[in-house]
Amino acid sequence: MKTVAEINEKIKLGKAVVVTAEEIIGIAEEKGYEEAAEMIDVVTTGTFGPMCSSGVFINFGHTSPPIKMQTVTLNDVPAYAGLAAVDAYIGATELSQSKGMEYGGGHVIEALVAGEDVTLKATAHGTDCYPRKNVETTINKNNVNQIYMYNPRNAYQNYPAATNSTDKTIYTYMGTLLPKFNNITYSTAGELSPLLNDPYYRTIGLGTKIFLGGAQGYVTWQGTQHNPEQKRGENGVPQSLAGTLAVTGDLKDMSDRYVKGAVYEKYGISLFVGIGIPIPILDAEMLKHTAVKNSEIVTALADKSGKEKLPETYTYEQLQSGSVEFRGKQVKTAPLSSISRAREIAEELKSWIEKGEFLLTEAVAPLPLKNKINKLDIREIK
Amino acid sequence: MKKARVKLYFPREWTGKPLMSEVILKYGIVFNILHADITYNNAGTIIAEFSGDDNAVNGALDYIDSVGVKYKIYNKSIIRLEDKCIDCGACTAVCPSDALTMDENNKLVFDKEKCLVCELCIKACPLGIISTEF
Repeated sequence: MKTVAEINEKIKLGKAVVVTAEEIIGIAEEKGYEEAAEMIDVVTTGTFGPMCSSGVFINFGHTSPPIKMQTVTLNDVPAYAGLAAVDAYIGATELSQSKGMEYGGGHVIEALVAGEDVTLKATAHGTDCYPRKNVETTINKNNVNQIYMYNPRNAYQNYPAATNSTDKTIYTYMGTLLPKFNNITYSTAGELSPLLNDPYYRTIGLGTKIFLGGAQGYVTWQGTQHNPEQKRGENGVPQSLAGTLAVTGDLKDMSDRYVKGAVYEKYGISLFVGIGIPIPILDAEMLKHTAVKNSEIVTALADKSGKEKLPETYTYEQLQSGSVEFRGKQVKTAPLSSISRAREIAEELKSWIEKGEFLLTEAVAPLPLKNKINKLDIREIK
Repeated sequence: MKKARVKLYFPREWTGKPLMSEVILKYGIVFNILHADITYNNAGTIIAEFSGDDNAVNGALDYIDSVGVKYKIYNKSIIRLEDKCIDCGACTAVCPSDALTMDENNKLVFDKEKCLVCELCIKACPLGIISTEF
């Protein structure tokens, strides 16, 4: 048994033993959970996938005379300005007013992370206290006041693989799906993924310090659609959509290596977000959770045309092999989330901890283990 | 010697006839099918590589065209900006010839020899870093 405080003392002394969520698998197989839990202090996880529910709050600073911004665009992509005078929020999936589905919020966010100048246009109706009606200028991450990422739903614990039952190609946020079940796409970091390594949220909770887009960030809340009551396997790992995280971090410290705008043909814009979460190895049980491997992680299969309910499930080892058997034939499988960069993030976080630059935190409150997901009822408006 | 990657557009009425056998015998070319999407009595396409003497390949293509089978020569090639690639793998979902695959380290591998230049990967790439020209 170890505490987070004890592990932090070892980190400060440069004596903590840190491995990635891939490396721990072999160690656990060789040493067993008990002995491995004695040896290892921290397991680092990582994920780098498209996460639509992401965005950035910005305070631009006041103009003279001042303006209460009512409409705001950044590089011609609308941002939400129904906040105080010069606060706005730009969401990843917002589309450009002039370029449509070629450019959007995700690209603006990537440009801001890269330190590029972005064109700000704002309009207002003008008030006694905020007389100005127009602003046109350029901003970047260094000349605004605050600029922080706040992502309402990231790091989905698990996600169904996608296919298409119809006889036409469909274009989705899960990529291009060929007719008649001719391909399957999936999006996961699998055995590297943060919440798959802590399936019951024992160490990851509110206030947990994380790697976010190359900077240090925090888990701030349960993510939207947090669904901890999903069906789980014997190892505790959910077998479809389950837990999610809301996360935040200072965009000024982020790197565009780990934040990338993305276009999905005929769907629109998303944002690749890099997240890494350290898991303190408190005991053998925690070690066992982090030793989970792709062959033990199962996910459902969804027909993205919405026509059929599919009973098939696959492990991530099967999906990563490049093809799986579906109704008697081999179907090609393709990833959407970068596992090689997820691995890089887990390695980067490991090096921060080894160098003593990153201490672990204890959650200030746990993520809920009970929460049901509602459907939106279409009700008559009275 | 000439090698040409060609997409042949067969109208419905040509699907039951041994046109390519005739062309191979008449012009002595090597005809290698890379991808076919064609069934009897339905218009369809074949992507193939023609090789042989310059005159033979040109003659074969002219002949095919003269009988009403249109063709397009692929003289472009697919270019991926490797340093910008994040190895997500979205392009591998649509590649019909396994020219784009993931290796055992989850890195994207592009095998130019297998590429049909069908250009499906260009639109499937979420970062817009695959093109026939930059």
